[in-house]
Amino acid sequence: MAVLDSPRIVTARAQYEDSYTLARYLETGGYEGLRKALTMFPEDVAKQVDDASLLGRGGAGFPAGRKWSMLRKAPVSYLVINGDESEPATFKDHFLVERDPHQLIEGIVISAYALQVSQAFLYVRGEFALGLERVQQAVNDAYEHGALGSKIFDSDFSLDLVVHPGAGAYICGEETALIEGLEGKRGFPRIKPPFFPAVNGLYGEPTVVNNVETMSNIPWIILNGGDAFAALGVGRSTGTRLFALAGRVKNPGIYEIEMVKNTFRDLIYNPAFGGGIINDRKIKAFIPGGVSAPWFGPDLLDLPMGQDEVADKGSMLGSGSVVVFDETSCVVRAAWRITKFFSRESCGQCTPCREGSGWIERAMYRLEHGGGRMEDLELLLDLCDNIAPGLTWPPQQTTICVLGSSIPSSVHSAIAMFRDEFAAHVNQQGCPFD
Amino acid sequence: MSHLRNDLRQRAEELVALYPRPRSAMLPLLHLVQEQDGYLSEGGIAEVAELTLTTPADVRGTASFYDMFFLEPVGTYVVSVCTNIACLLAGGLELLEHVGTTLGCAVGATSDDGVFTLEESECLADCDIAPCVQVNHRYVRTNTPESFDALVAELREGKRDHEIPNHGTLIRVRRAGGLRAPKSEIAAERASAKAARDQRAEKSA
Repeated sequence: MAVLDSPRIVTARAQYEDSYTLARYLETGGYEGLRKALTMFPEDVAKQVDDASLLGRGGAGFPAGRKWSMLRKAPVSYLVINGDESEPATFKDHFLVERDPHQLIEGIVISAYALQVSQAFLYVRGEFALGLERVQQAVNDAYEHGALGSKIFDSDFSLDLVVHPGAGAYICGEETALIEGLEGKRGFPRIKPPFFPAVNGLYGEPTVVNNVETMSNIPWIILNGGDAFAALGVGRSTGTRLFALAGRVKNPGIYEIEMVKNTFRDLIYNPAFGGGIINDRKIKAFIPGGVSAPWFGPDLLDLPMGQDEVADKGSMLGSGSVVVFDETSCVVRAAWRITKFFSRESCGQCTPCREGSGWIERAMYRLEHGGGRMEDLELLLDLCDNIAPGLTWPPQQTTICVLGSSIPSSVHSAIAMFRDEFAAHVNQQGCPFD
Repeated sequence: MSHLRNDLRQRAEELVALYPRPRSAMLPLLHLVQEQDGYLSEGGIAEVAELTLTTPADVRGTASFYDMFFLEPVGTYVVSVCTNIACLLAGGLELLEHVGTTLGCAVGATSDDGVFTLEESECLADCDIAPCVQVNHRYVRTNTPESFDALVAELREGKRDHEIPNHGTLIRVRRAGGLRAPKSEIAAERASAKAARDQRAEKSA
C-alpha cells in the first residue's frame, strides 16, 4: 500500500499561488531554520546534516554531510549550488527554483554558515527564464530582509550570493564542467583525479558543489533535527525525495515521496500520484532514474523506491525522474532519441563518448527509419562495450566524466529487453508503430 | 563609445563586479549582448572581451559551446520544441513537424519575414505538459497543434509582448540592493571566522 502521509519537506508551500514570495515564505515559517542555525556552532549545524544522512539529490547520491566533512580540515572558499538541471524528464529543480526560491536560499545560507563560506554561487539553467527572475527577486528580497549580505540577522556571519545564469549545455550539470562555466569558459569537465572540487574547485580553490534539492532540504533538517529526517525512509535512503513522473501516465508531475516506503507501482498507479497508464493500457517498461539509468520491466514495479534497492537491481535512482513506456511506445525510437541527446550534448573531449554516441545514434536511426540490419544489434552492443567495457552496472568508465558511461544504458536495456522489437524493425525496414 | 546601450553597459559593469574574476561574468554578459542585438554581434563580442579581459576569439570560442548563444542573427522569436524522451512519448516529433509548417521554416532556420526561428531542443524540464514548447525561453505550454497556432496568431499581433520579451533571458533579472560588501570587508570577516574556528578546534582537541 502506498504511504501517503509522510511530511512535506520541500513542497510544503506548493499549494500556494504566491509560494515564491518573501511574504508567503515568512508567513509559513520561513528563515526560522536560519535563525536557529545562527545560534549554533557551525560544526553542530554540519553535524545535523551528517546525522540526517542526506544523500545528494543531484544524481550521484553522495552523502552531503560527508562531502562537507572532507573540507572540515581545510577552509572552504566557495559554495556552489547546481541548478543546471538538464537530465531529460527531470523537472524537480525547475519546480523548486520557480516555486520556492526562498527555501533554496535559506538552505544555501545555512550550509554556507556550516562551512564558514562567505561567497556562494547559484548556477541556474539558462532556459529557466522565469526561474531566474524569481530567484533573483528572492535574492534581492533576502538581502533587504537581512537574510543575506553583511551580518546576517545581526550575527557575525556574512554571505554574498550570486545568481549565475547558464546558457544551454547539459554537461554543465557535471560539477567540474559547471565550475568551468562559472569561470566563464567552455563547459569541459575536468580531468580526475582530483575527484572532488573539494580539492581543486572554483579558481583552483576548495569548493563544495551541492544540488538545489539537497539545499532545499536543509532548513527543515535544522528546524526538526537530523534525527527526525533520518527517521524517515529506510536504511541509507533517508527523508523524502522529489520524483518527477513523466511519459505515458495519466498524471505526470512532481511528487514528494518518503524514500523506500513506496514502490514504483505506487508512484505510477496510485490515484494520489500517477493514476495509472493513459487509456488504462499496459505498461511496457520504465526508466527508474533519468535517461542515464538502465531500464526496468513491469516485473520490477513492486521494487521500493530507494537508493540501494534500485542499485541492487542494476540501475539507479539517479535524478529521480521516472519515465513510463506503454504498449504503444516504440522502444527503438525511445533509445534512438536518448542517444541522439547524448550525441548532441557530448562535450567532445573523449573519443569513446564523442565518436561512440554518434555511431550508436546513426545505427539506431537506420533501425527506426528503415535500413537497419540484424547485425546492427551486435554492432550496437560492441559500440556500447567500447564506451563502458563489460556493460556492467555501475559502468566502467573510459571517459573523463560519466556522460560517456551513461550512453549505453538505454540502448543496452532496449536490446536486452526487446530484441524481438528490433527484429521487427529490421524485417519491416521501418517502425511497426508508425 | 561602448557598443552596449548606456543602461546595459552599466549592468554589465555591475555584473563584472559581482565575481572574484572578471572572466566569470562571461555567460551573463553574453546574455546581455543578445538582449540588445538579438544575437552575438561583432561589436558585442568585442565589448565582452574588453569587460572580461579576454580576446574576441576567446569570447567567440566560449560562446559557441553554449546552445543558447547565436553567432548569426535569428528571428524575433526563437521557438524551441522539445522532442526528448518525455515529449517524444507525447508526440513531440509530430508537434515539431506541425510547428515547422505553421511557421514556414525548417528546424534551425528562420522564417522569411524574420519573425520566427525554429529549434528542436533537448529536455526543457517541464515534462508534465508535454510536448514542451518555449518561445524565447518562456514556457508557453502549448502542447497541441491548435493551442500553438493560437499562440502564433497572438505573437504576430503583439498580444504577448509583455510576457515574451527579447531573447537573452536576463532582461528582467537584475540584482538590486544588498550589493556586495567591499572585498576587503569580506576578507576580514573570513579571517576572523577562521580564527574563531581554529580556536574552537584547538579547544576541542
